Amino acid sequence: MQHAGMQSNAAAGDARILAGDAPILAGDAPILECRNLSVSYAGRAGDVPAVIDFNLDLMPGEAHGLVGESGCGKSTIALAIMQYLGKAGRVVGGRILFEGRDLLGMRGAELRAIRGGAIAMIYQEPMASLNPSMTIGAQLIEVPMYHESMGRRDAAARAKSMLDRVRMADAERIMRSYPHQISGGQQQRIVIAMALLSNPRLLLLDEPTTALDVTVEAGIVDLIRNISAEFGTSMLYISHNLGLVRETCDRVTVMYSGEAVEVGSVAGVFRGMRHPYTRGLFASMPVPSADKNSRPLVSIPGQPPSPRARPPGCSFGPRCGFFAAGRCDAAPVSMSPIDAAQGHASRCLRVDEIAWDAPPAPGVGSTTAGFGEVVLKVNDLSKRYRRVSANDGLTFDARRGETVAIVGESGCGKSTFARILMGLIQADSGSIDLAGLELSRLPVTRRSADTIRSLQMIFQNPFDTLNPSHTVGSQIARVIRKLGVQRDESRIREQVFDLLDLVKLPRDFAERRPRQLSGGQKQRIGVARAFAGAPAVVVADEPLSALDVSVQAAVTELLIDIQRREGTTLLFISHDLSVVRYLSDRIVVMYLGQIMEQGRTDQVFAPPYHPYTEALLAAVPIADQRYAKRKVLLSGEIPSASNPPAGCRFSTRCPYRIVGTCDLDPPPVQEFAASHRIACHLPREELLAMQPVFQEATL
Amino acid sequence: MNSRLAILLALIWLPLTAYVMFRSALGAHGSYLLLPAIPSVIVLYVLALRSWRESWVAMLGATLVCFWLLMAVTAPYLPLLDPNKPLVPLVTPGGIRHGVLFLLGSDLRGRDVLSRTVWGCQRVLVWGITATSVAYVVGAGAGLIGGYLGGWWDEFVSFASNVLLSFPVMVLYILVLNLLGQSGFNIIIAVTCSSAPVIMRIVRGLALDAKSRDYIQAAQTRGEHPLWIMLVELLPNVRGPIIVDACLRLGYTTVAITTLTFLGLGLQPPDPDWGLMIKEGATAALLWKYSYMVIVPALSVSSLILGFNLIADGMREMSLRD
Amino acid sequence: MGNLIVRRVTQMLLIMLTVSLLLFAIFDSDQFREKVAVAELGGFGVATLSAGDYHEWLEKKGFNQPFLVRYGQWLRAVLHGDLGQSIEKDVAVSTLLKESLANTAILAFFVFLIMIPVSLTLGVLAGMNVGSALDRVISIAAVFTTSIPQIATAVLLTVILALGLGWVPAKSAMTDGWSFRALVLPLLTLLVYDIGYLVRMTRAAMAEVMASQYIRTAVLKGLPYRRVILRHALRNALIVPVTLIFLELNGVLSQVVVVEVFFQYAGFGRMLFDAANFGDIQVLQAATLVAVAVAVGSQLLSDAAYVFLNPRVRFA
Repeated sequence: MQHAGMQSNAAAGDARILAGDAPILAGDAPILECRNLSVSYAGRAGDVPAVIDFNLDLMPGEAHGLVGESGCGKSTIALAIMQYLGKAGRVVGGRILFEGRDLLGMRGAELRAIRGGAIAMIYQEPMASLNPSMTIGAQLIEVPMYHESMGRRDAAARAKSMLDRVRMADAERIMRSYPHQISGGQQQRIVIAMALLSNPRLLLLDEPTTALDVTVEAGIVDLIRNISAEFGTSMLYISHNLGLVRETCDRVTVMYSGEAVEVGSVAGVFRGMRHPYTRGLFASMPVPSADKNSRPLVSIPGQPPSPRARPPGCSFGPRCGFFAAGRCDAAPVSMSPIDAAQGHASRCLRVDEIAWDAPPAPGVGSTTAGFGEVVLKVNDLSKRYRRVSANDGLTFDARRGETVAIVGESGCGKSTFARILMGLIQADSGSIDLAGLELSRLPVTRRSADTIRSLQMIFQNPFDTLNPSHTVGSQIARVIRKLGVQRDESRIREQVFDLLDLVKLPRDFAERRPRQLSGGQKQRIGVARAFAGAPAVVVADEPLSALDVSVQAAVTELLIDIQRREGTTLLFISHDLSVVRYLSDRIVVMYLGQIMEQGRTDQVFAPPYHPYTEALLAAVPIADQRYAKRKVLLSGEIPSASNPPAGCRFSTRCPYRIVGTCDLDPPPVQEFAASHRIACHLPREELLAMQPVFQEATL
Repeated sequence: MNSRLAILLALIWLPLTAYVMFRSALGAHGSYLLLPAIPSVIVLYVLALRSWRESWVAMLGATLVCFWLLMAVTAPYLPLLDPNKPLVPLVTPGGIRHGVLFLLGSDLRGRDVLSRTVWGCQRVLVWGITATSVAYVVGAGAGLIGGYLGGWWDEFVSFASNVLLSFPVMVLYILVLNLLGQSGFNIIIAVTCSSAPVIMRIVRGLALDAKSRDYIQAAQTRGEHPLWIMLVELLPNVRGPIIVDACLRLGYTTVAITTLTFLGLGLQPPDPDWGLMIKEGATAALLWKYSYMVIVPALSVSSLILGFNLIADGMREMSLRD
Repeated sequence: MGNLIVRRVTQMLLIMLTVSLLLFAIFDSDQFREKVAVAELGGFGVATLSAGDYHEWLEKKGFNQPFLVRYGQWLRAVLHGDLGQSIEKDVAVSTLLKESLANTAILAFFVFLIMIPVSLTLGVLAGMNVGSALDRVISIAAVFTTSIPQIATAVLLTVILALGLGWVPAKSAMTDGWSFRALVLPLLTLLVYDIGYLVRMTRAAMAEVMASQYIRTAVLKGLPYRRVILRHALRNALIVPVTLIFLELNGVLSQVVVVEVFFQYAGFGRMLFDAANFGDIQVLQAATLVAVAVAVGSQLLSDAAYVFLNPRVRFA
């Protein structure tokens, strides 16, 4: 399954199955079978079903994606296969067969031989999954020593060669190190190496890249893709990211609320989806080509059901646009085959009735209002913490009604910038001008109520953004009172209700405590709180990263809607380029405290690119089958911010690096088209000649 | 819910404290003060049973503690002999002399053990709860300041608590009580000196953890005053672990008070007190026959402390299960 | 790591200095001077002294010098081992200290000898299978034993073992020469509480480790259960209990006061208590100083152990 250039992974898989061939490796028998698997957790008030009637046929050499949002049961399936459900979890029905043998009945030595030997697992959080008190080498050599009774020295040699194969430099030193001494990306490679050491026939991957930075993720994803080619391992790839599944898997199962709702090949499902939920998922994700005006996101209304209170019949029913009362809620729905040859099936009663090819109901788009005068001017802003240069010479503007995205990975300095803007810390040099007022060294305690009111923030973590001990209404009211927007109690009350209406939440939420709200609802309150004083500028610090895909769409649309109405300038900090492409007008790309590129969205997403931008764009997984992207992999890890390279800070990882220039001299800022600036040593012609990262797929 | 709880606790603690500390001034009618406390204890017990239904551990603990609370507030109304009046010395439990039944026997000086046991819990409870509360106010305050404000505040508060923590607890008690004299109020000071640093460490840790949360940052970006942030935003959220620790600490303080009284450093005779009973009984109890004089108070104080510990363990278990 | 140790040591020295200053200041009172005068001149002699002669005597003894100078002299004397004279027993304080500390050290030695293996084993066994029958029994026993104050334990043990069964003597004054049997009751009294406490802490640490993700990794690697526990879990679970064991030294010093007084054992605690009662100030001062020094030392050892055992801190 090697692919070159722009041939998409799915195309190769497609070809194999369409041809009706048996997969390349042994036999017609599936390596893993789940038959009507049901798993429940014992709760305080009885059993809570987590997985219901799950079926799966995984063929040897196949990579199967298990996709769904949080709480849909996908991780539970992996744990059930490994028989590690904890004290509260139980398999209450069905069977799991591995190579024809019944897994659920295995105990003792038999189970131990399978675990780590025939089936291996890769976990979501690599740091927590490695023993902090053992060296990496010690943890690695255990696998061959116990599974193949290998001697210590042979095991060490095998471990070292495996480290080479997962592309870890300096294997000797790594073997002697402890987990906390290496970076997140390296830790995940160790976990992968550990899983592969005994040549397992099946790999379970539970969200392996969720905790990693985008460019690091791209490297791991590439590695995983090559594993199946090199080792012939079958894979069960669990993720919430449709784009990742498209890039790594042959077949996919979409899960919702504990049930599989659609199964098929990646090409088949992604291009011809046949379940309203799958359709809804796709419609709520931004595509590389479109922006908020031309193809607005359509979010799925409502919430996923609580596992204790599933709706009768189809569990997606209450949120489905094609819901037919009396039929869809009558009895549990079973899978209906759509295309037997391809193995495409869907759990939808109305699958033959719905016009799948009609485009989904369009969301509410609108025309771009023109942008007003410059509201925020940042000039040469710098901040150092002891030896760390967190912000270095930042310069950009934002206009009224505009959305400016600040993009970058961890350590790029975007959070530092946000905190300087909000007055929580002060800059060392440079200036920030907000409508005439100099903010860079003005702490929040010395700012006037007007200034505070006109500059507000939306925070990243919805679970921490509200004080758990006070009601929602009182927290909004506090903001209103403190910012001096209203003084009269009854007027304050009115405004709290108005704000709840603005963020489309029912008015009685004002009496609720945060723990009674979902993540998405809490984030909406965060939005309401930020807009309480009709601010001129709102800084949104990764407001969507902790939310599920379908909820992200709703909050994104909400932000856009409010911004348009109030004419607020939005500074959107994020690492997620798809969302950024969707909702911002201008983009500022940061790396290790410096601005690498800035310009209008369409300018940044098209060539000429700064080499870092190019790599970032290439690292974004796209689910849309109509697009293919180039592969650009960066070497090394993100260097520590305390020892930035001299010259261009990106030079250590840049594929275009000019030795002698890039690593010694700071790069010049080159200007292309209006306000499109790139800081790079590469000659202008070379930059202009770059190939676009995204192109229409040729299929 | 919380305000109801606060009222109940106040209705129990205030009368009891006033009664114990100022009994001589109140005279014969002082016992009327305890009347509102009696139904409050019963209501408290029912409430505790209801909210801790799932943990038999916590319910058992609540039973023990409420039992002694009830004894403490109803003592003047129970049909007991005068705890301070010497009657017939060295009567074994169940013995009847001159028509008077000594259910748990009488001590070296002839005083009824049962009534001394029941009256004895008053002082332990009052001084124990008061001392722990004062320690909490001081310790939590210091912890909030050190944890939230950081910088020199933190250095100072941490150093002061490190100095206090470098004294073995008993040594500290002996030192303080020796210098300041032996009275209930000085016990409060001694307990504060030994407990406040530990409480400060706990609260400081919690404050440091909460400080990085977004809702604190949100308050800061609003320009809220640090004092407001500490009291309104931080404090309500450190409640959970603190309540568990408070129960444990009530246990430790009870141990401390009883031990100090035993050593003669605490509350003064002749008023009944479990530590005192053990001390007086220890000299006579060199014979198996008279060991009841020390066993009864020993078991009583152990049951009270067990009650506190069980409540703490039960609450911790329940919070983990959530 | 070296940095950390240096910082801790400096902090400890600072604390010792502060404590010594506090102790000196606290005991620098008129009553104290009077006591010294009585000891030297006799009660009657002091009573007949005129005010002027008294002042002269004070001057001669150096009591009128400025505070810091006297503090300096005192500190120098202490560092040279001269801790003053006991008023009550009329021996050098250092001799008194040496004897009593030795006795307490013997007691402490046996306490630790038995406590460490017993509590670590029980705690690990309990934490390994949280919720199992063994765990419940151990946990309940631990809660019980930590709920009984040591005077109560002392009482109950005396009643059962000494008075009831007569296996051991009820008091440990050892007036007839040293006897191990006399050590049993104080030893048991200390052990009952200390073992219970350490078992609870070890169990909590073990339970937390067993629920961690790296133990899941180890199990899902197909390793035998024994290896998972011994090699993967213990190494992490025992970090906190080991540091607590060092801190127990501080706790034992506090507990011996009660235990030794109750059983009349001639140890450090008894000496401290007697000195406090009598008002033997120099003894009290010196004993407190030594106690604090031991406590501070134990905290230092505990911190050092933590740094040594925890790779995350050791190899930052």
